[in-house]
This record gives sequence, C-alpha cells and structure tokens, in this order.
Amino acid sequence: MIPASFDYEVAESAEHAIALLTEHGDEAKLLAGGHSLIPMMRFRLATPTVLVDVGRLDDLRYINADNGTISIGALTRHSELEHSQLLAQSCPMMASVAALVGDPAVRHRGTLGGTLAHSDPASDLPAAVLALGGTIVARGPGGDREIAATDFFTGYFESALADDEMIVEVRVPAGDAGWNYQKFNRRAQDWAIVGVAVADAGAGVSLVNMGSTPLRASAVEAAVASGASAADAAAVAAEGLQPPSDLNADADYRRHLARVFTQRALNAAGVA
Amino acid sequence: MESITLAVNGTERNLEVEPRTLLVHALRDELRLTGTNIGCDSSSCGACTVLVDGQSAKSCTMFAVQADGADITTIEGVADSDGAMHPMQQAFHEHHALQCGYCTPGMVMAAISLVEEYPDLDDQGVRHGLEGNLCRCTGYQNIVNAVLAVAGSGSAGPERSES
Repeated sequence: MIPASFDYEVAESAEHAIALLTEHGDEAKLLAGGHSLIPMMRFRLATPTVLVDVGRLDDLRYINADNGTISIGALTRHSELEHSQLLAQSCPMMASVAALVGDPAVRHRGTLGGTLAHSDPASDLPAAVLALGGTIVARGPGGDREIAATDFFTGYFESALADDEMIVEVRVPAGDAGWNYQKFNRRAQDWAIVGVAVADAGAGVSLVNMGSTPLRASAVEAAVASGASAADAAAVAAEGLQPPSDLNADADYRRHLARVFTQRALNAAGVA
Repeated sequence: MESITLAVNGTERNLEVEPRTLLVHALRDELRLTGTNIGCDSSSCGACTVLVDGQSAKSCTMFAVQADGADITTIEGVADSDGAMHPMQQAFHEHHALQCGYCTPGMVMAAISLVEEYPDLDDQGVRHGLEGNLCRCTGYQNIVNAVLAVAGSGSAGPERSES
C-alpha cells in the first residue's frame, strides 16, 4: 500500500505546471487534492514517475459571478463549493452536490478541477457540471481553450485533456430553476451506485455510473422538452445504455434505478 | 529526498522525506506520534484523521510533502499543556464514546473539525458528518451523544439527498 517512487515538483503557476507537463510527457501527473490519485497510486493502479503539485496555486481557488455565468477556479475545494454563499444564491445545485461528495475530510482536500480531470463515471460533481451545460477551460502550451462538458468525458477515466493541459476554470450558468440531485448508495460515504442530476427544470439531465463516462440523458431531456410527464420521461432514462455490473448492482438493476431516480429527480425539480 | 517543515502540535519540525511518504507515516514513523492510527489504509475508515490547517484530513491520503508549511494537529496536541482534556475528549470520556478505542483518535479529530465547520449540528448532522470515520465496535450512539454534547443541538449539518 506504499505508492511507487516518483519525483515531486511544486508548480509555482499554471504555466509552470504546463511547462513541467510538457517536459515530462505522459509520465507526469498533476496532483491537486490527491483524493482520487493517491488511492490509485497506493493500489499501484497509477504509477506516474513525476507528480506536479498544483495544490498550492491559490490564485486558482475562487468562485465569481459575472453576467449570468459562475466561474470557479480549478483548485477550489469541495468544501468551499459546499459553503459558498455565492453558489447558494446563484447556482445552488453545485453547492448541494459538492456537499454529497465523500465525507467532510475528503471535501476539505478534493478539488473541482481534480474530480473533472479524473473523469470517474461514478463521481458526483462531473454529473452536475454536465447537467448544467458547463464549460471546462483547459490551459496548455498554446493558451486556453474552452471544452463543453458534453465533449469533455471521452472514456472510462479519460477526458479530452491533452497530456500537457490542465483545467484552470469551470464555468456553469447561474440559475436555480428546477434542479435536483439523487444519489443512491447503500453505505454512507460511498460513490453513487446510480445518480441522477436534473438542471433547469429537466432541460439538462445527467446520469452517474450508468456507463463508462458521466452521461447526458438526452432521451429524457427530449421527452421533457416535448411535454412528457416525469414518469414517461423517466421511462427512457436507461435507453441504449450499457451500465456496469458489479457487487452493488447488475446492469439491469442499474437501469431500474436510473428510471426510478430520474423520476424522483424530475419530480423534485418541478416536472410533474 | 525532500526537506519539509511541519508545525506539528505547535512545534516546528523539519523532516527529510521521500516524496511518496504519506503524512501518516511521517507522523508515526519519523515523529513517533503514534496516536494517529492506520486502519483501512485506503481513505475509508478515518482512523488516521488529523487536522491540516485546522480542517480534518485523512493523513493516509496526503503525501507529507503536500503538508510542507502546514499546521498539523494530532490527537497528542489537543489536550491543554497542563494535561486537561480537550472538551471533545472529555465528552467522549463522559459519554463512554469508545469501546476498543482504535477509531477514537480519528473520531475525536474529525469531531473537533465537524463542530467547527457546522455550528448547528443535530443528530443526523453528526451521523452524516462522521460517515468517513468507521467504528467497528458499532458504538456510534455514544459517539453521537458525545459530539452533540459539545456541539449543542441545532438543526443544520451536511446536506443529504432524500433518497
């Protein structure tokens, strides 16, 4: 349970981190809060030879609102999202979902940029950003580019980030119109066996742990847009999906859970 | 090796550590502060909980180098210098909030952080707030009673989904 050896570099700025990533290529990994990466390193599922610590980049810890957009620095910790007065007023779904991640000690260390870059299909905040139609700002040697959350998650623990890019900011639209997040698990503190995020009264719906990436439930969104009831919209929640089977739930049970919790989330978000 | 400085229980300590040295191993093996226990070794059980800059953290899920320059408080550092127990330790004592005692240092550290972070804890708030700390004697009821005795009883706590 001791990680493999690695060289440790402290990034003085995002640009410095990118220069280090460029220098070391795919042998290097960014270290933010470490609450996804360190457990994987301890199990030797990840064996980076260089860790670039971006955890001290306090200039990337902020939550701002401007013209209907909330901009969140990548190093903002889950507990900061949870307790943010600005989010409570302007995007309560982000604060509420952040409060459901892990346990308080995990939320003190884990970061928004880190959980997105890790791209775990079972994580909570990626689904929230996806349902909200958020944007991820990635910085690389050539500058910044914006990646729509819908294009960001490309595979199991894989994202659209290049080896020499880091997330610097996450943007979500302000608003508190009909939202809800349902997280189903059997033990406290666990990842969701299935989760459902509903934003903007059903215009944005995403699913947790129902495939290899966080997923937009487009069939549900289309049904809501055409005026379907919550029950009818939820009935198509698992359509075409290949959810995983594991000790907690087989694929069919996950499909059932997705339908049940989509209906609950839609109802709670005000869709009759 | 990396040179780091930690302010551990108010005393500055300089250490030479491998980058892969976990904070819990630096505390236990280098500084001989063995009150911080190792339980699951996989971020789940909370036995290794310490305060990093005043907030609870699982010291098995931090590299010691990440704590360079930080204030670390372990269970050895919470009592008064004259030996009087911290109010949370006293409450655990009075409510018999331990059986075997293995989870207790982590529980106490997590609870100190919890009541600071959520000033109006109620029973459910304490239970959810300590969900990252496992007691395998299943002595949770008295632990909750002890934490509530320190927190007073109000209404808020970590938010939960209703499922």
